[in-house]
Amino acid sequence: MATATATHEEHHDHGPAKGLMRWVTTTNHKDIGTLYLLFALLMFMIGGAMAMVIRLELFQPGLQFVDPGFFNQMTTVHALVMIFGGVMPAFVGLANWMLPIMIGGPDMALPRMNNWSFWILPFAFAMLLSTFFMDGGAPAGGWTIYPPLVLQGGNGFPFMIFAIHMMGISSVMGAINVIVTILNMRAPGMTLMKMPLFVWTWFITAYLLIAVMPVLAGAVTMLLTDRFFDTSFFNAAGGGDPVLFQHIFWFFGHPEVYILILPAFGIVSAIIPTFARKPLFGYSSMVYATSSIAFLSFIVWAHHMFTVGLPLEGELFFMYATMLIAVPTGVKVFNWISTMWKGSMTFETPMLFSIGFVIMFTIGGFSGLMLAIAPADFQYHDTYFVVAHFHYVLVTGAVYSIMAAAYYWLPKWTGNMYNETMGKWHFWLSTISVNVLFFPQHFLGLAGMPRRIPDYSVQFAEFNMWSSLGGFAFGLSQVFFCYIVYKTIQGGEKATDQVWEGADGLEWELSSPPPYHSFTTPPKIK
Amino acid sequence: MDKLKQFFARSSILAGISGVAHAEYGLNLPVGVTETSQAVYGLHMQILWVCIIIACVVFGAMIWSMVFHRKSQGAVAEQFHESMAAELVWTVVPFIILIVMAVPATKVLVDMHDVSEPDMSIKVTGYQWKWRYEYINEDIDFFSSLDAASNEARQVGSDIDPATVEHYLLNVDRPLVIPVGKKIRFLLTASDVIHSWWVPDFGWKKDAIPGFINEAWVKVDKPGVYRGQCAELCGRDHGFMPIVVEVKSTEDYAAWVQSQKSSAELTNSAVVETLPPQELKQQGKKVYQANCAACHQQKGEGVPGVFPAITASAVVTGEISKHIDLVMNGKPGTAMAAFKGQLSDLELAAVITYQRNSLGNKVGDAVQPTEIAALR
Repeated sequence: MATATATHEEHHDHGPAKGLMRWVTTTNHKDIGTLYLLFALLMFMIGGAMAMVIRLELFQPGLQFVDPGFFNQMTTVHALVMIFGGVMPAFVGLANWMLPIMIGGPDMALPRMNNWSFWILPFAFAMLLSTFFMDGGAPAGGWTIYPPLVLQGGNGFPFMIFAIHMMGISSVMGAINVIVTILNMRAPGMTLMKMPLFVWTWFITAYLLIAVMPVLAGAVTMLLTDRFFDTSFFNAAGGGDPVLFQHIFWFFGHPEVYILILPAFGIVSAIIPTFARKPLFGYSSMVYATSSIAFLSFIVWAHHMFTVGLPLEGELFFMYATMLIAVPTGVKVFNWISTMWKGSMTFETPMLFSIGFVIMFTIGGFSGLMLAIAPADFQYHDTYFVVAHFHYVLVTGAVYSIMAAAYYWLPKWTGNMYNETMGKWHFWLSTISVNVLFFPQHFLGLAGMPRRIPDYSVQFAEFNMWSSLGGFAFGLSQVFFCYIVYKTIQGGEKATDQVWEGADGLEWELSSPPPYHSFTTPPKIK
Repeated sequence: MDKLKQFFARSSILAGISGVAHAEYGLNLPVGVTETSQAVYGLHMQILWVCIIIACVVFGAMIWSMVFHRKSQGAVAEQFHESMAAELVWTVVPFIILIVMAVPATKVLVDMHDVSEPDMSIKVTGYQWKWRYEYINEDIDFFSSLDAASNEARQVGSDIDPATVEHYLLNVDRPLVIPVGKKIRFLLTASDVIHSWWVPDFGWKKDAIPGFINEAWVKVDKPGVYRGQCAELCGRDHGFMPIVVEVKSTEDYAAWVQSQKSSAELTNSAVVETLPPQELKQQGKKVYQANCAACHQQKGEGVPGVFPAITASAVVTGEISKHIDLVMNGKPGTAMAAFKGQLSDLELAAVITYQRNSLGNKVGDAVQPTEIAALR
């Protein structure tokens, strides 16, 4: 025992520090990646708990459990937590873990900034969630924080604004790190067009983040001065324009939607070839399609605002531009299917989640195409049809890709295989329940149920009940997911370096788990 | 299209969906009662079918591949990974489909924007949480809010089964009344926050934005009662400001206009007498429940930080002139609206008297409608 300790101490500079301070002061990309991922998991649980409150109240008509004001706080903070605390940090965590390895580098380019960009987040969310305990409660004006409504909020309002500022700073720093890492840390021979698609999609995502997070910061700052410093940016009575806020918000908001989905495209593009045992079909067209989607995301924002009374020409332009997005998105789906075509497929959990992603993200894409048709959008807008649409692209899209990634790389990260039977159970439970949860919401919306209402007319009762039952089951399935992750970290069958038979890429050349510093000497690129 | 309707109808029966409460049960967009709504429905079905057909092709190929190209079936992976031709096909074909979709959509959109030459105009103003309808060039102007039965049933812990309330949450005290077959132009705005006026059977919704006036129009083909809701989150009671439109035949509409005018004259000419405080209090309770309770709560306790309490409030228990001023002129920058435009002299006097002498307050004074009138 004594000898073992001594040996260990001689090599202390090769491994992490011990105890809590390891996590506070770490500049290691894997440690920070782990922190991001665990933080995201915690936020998924908190945001999920809020969703459970929402579905509980909507289980039957009439107000049984919560006050309408509290219901609005739930919908608002659920969205903010899931988007900024769940999906975005989860993708940053995956980027932290995988990008340096995938490009054959030793670590992220800016490790101290990496530490900082993570450690801002717990404080930002502590601040956001603390608003629940303030006079007037948490923000209740919807995650889109439209004035004048949001300006009526209680004491929590400025805290929400500052929390958003902090999240934005964190995201921008993370994005800078990603870009600098990709441009400077690639192993010799790793040309841009040889990078795995996950690297490519994150590269483009990082540019989107840098472009739009400051726009959001500007918008919320104007809200702050409107409320406290007598400006009238969005106050019609003072010569301002409430619709201006929506333009600024959605100029951030639409690229944000792609920030939440482009990394998912990268993940699925890594997993499908592995389990089809066949190279990704149309690699370069995937890169170009991703770039086109990113470009188009800047010129479609007003499709979120078809009903605000835009001029005809404006509505036509935004309708056409929005419809156009279907083309590159379609290219991606067709490429994934061509990758599967004539492959030799097996269906381990990551593959199941990836196939689930392709099918259900496409369903979300179809409803998106329907929403693009401006005259029809006048009916769909602000109904449960929209709720169904964005939950298909965000839950069965973004979140499914994150789960696929977790199962795909967990053996690499921990050195232990997860329990395949449990993983499959998790997939099927989630997939059945998530469809019971969100598919009926299409019907509710078409039949005329507006979103963000705590109570509804009796003709919407049955589908709401199904939806709530699906919601509870989906929520429980994710608790099961936490258990699977916990068991895998604790131990299990040892994973090989290759892990998956058909896996191809630099991460599979390292040991499982990989050494503390990834590639201290650059690998040879084929 | 008819086939699909039948399919939906049949599948709802199969799902065991029946009964009186579910007479309006819908799975699909309503066809509606205007040319516009029918055109929108047509576009909706068209794009839905396009999506369904593409879905069959795409998911069909996936399922085929998953069934036949699996390792357990002994499939050996081929290694092709590029085809310029394929990429071109699946770029160009969707593009053409989109153009085919865009043409009719453009037509409908242009038509919806044509608000010219209306037969009449109605100004719709969104308030937290009711609608106001002003008939331009007619002396008709009234508020429309959630009906009393729904309002009672929707309170937390009311123990009233919503199924027993007729048109639960979709009924109002005074519906908007319009004539059939006339092109009606709506001018939409709001007094406090953004609302959105939506009757699904008319085929559109339009935001009502403070400081701006949006336009939209309808021409309803069929007399009847059509229901909708506010569609833009507008605060605490967003879910409780329905819209009901009664479409009447030309004769019935003319009769309705006449009755409105005579009742308006009656109200205006009625001698406002001095009422005993007890009666003011009684009437005030109703006004309070309909206009104040949503924020200040049923028992006047308010919501800390956003909606001040009425009970033991410095304003309510203080000088009466300040209390009257606050209720009549509101407090800019907050949810406290200026009620002088929303309530009559009698209603204002009643609710102020009620607040001062109820909800845990015992100031003991009262204000008469005549005093309110003098302050206008």
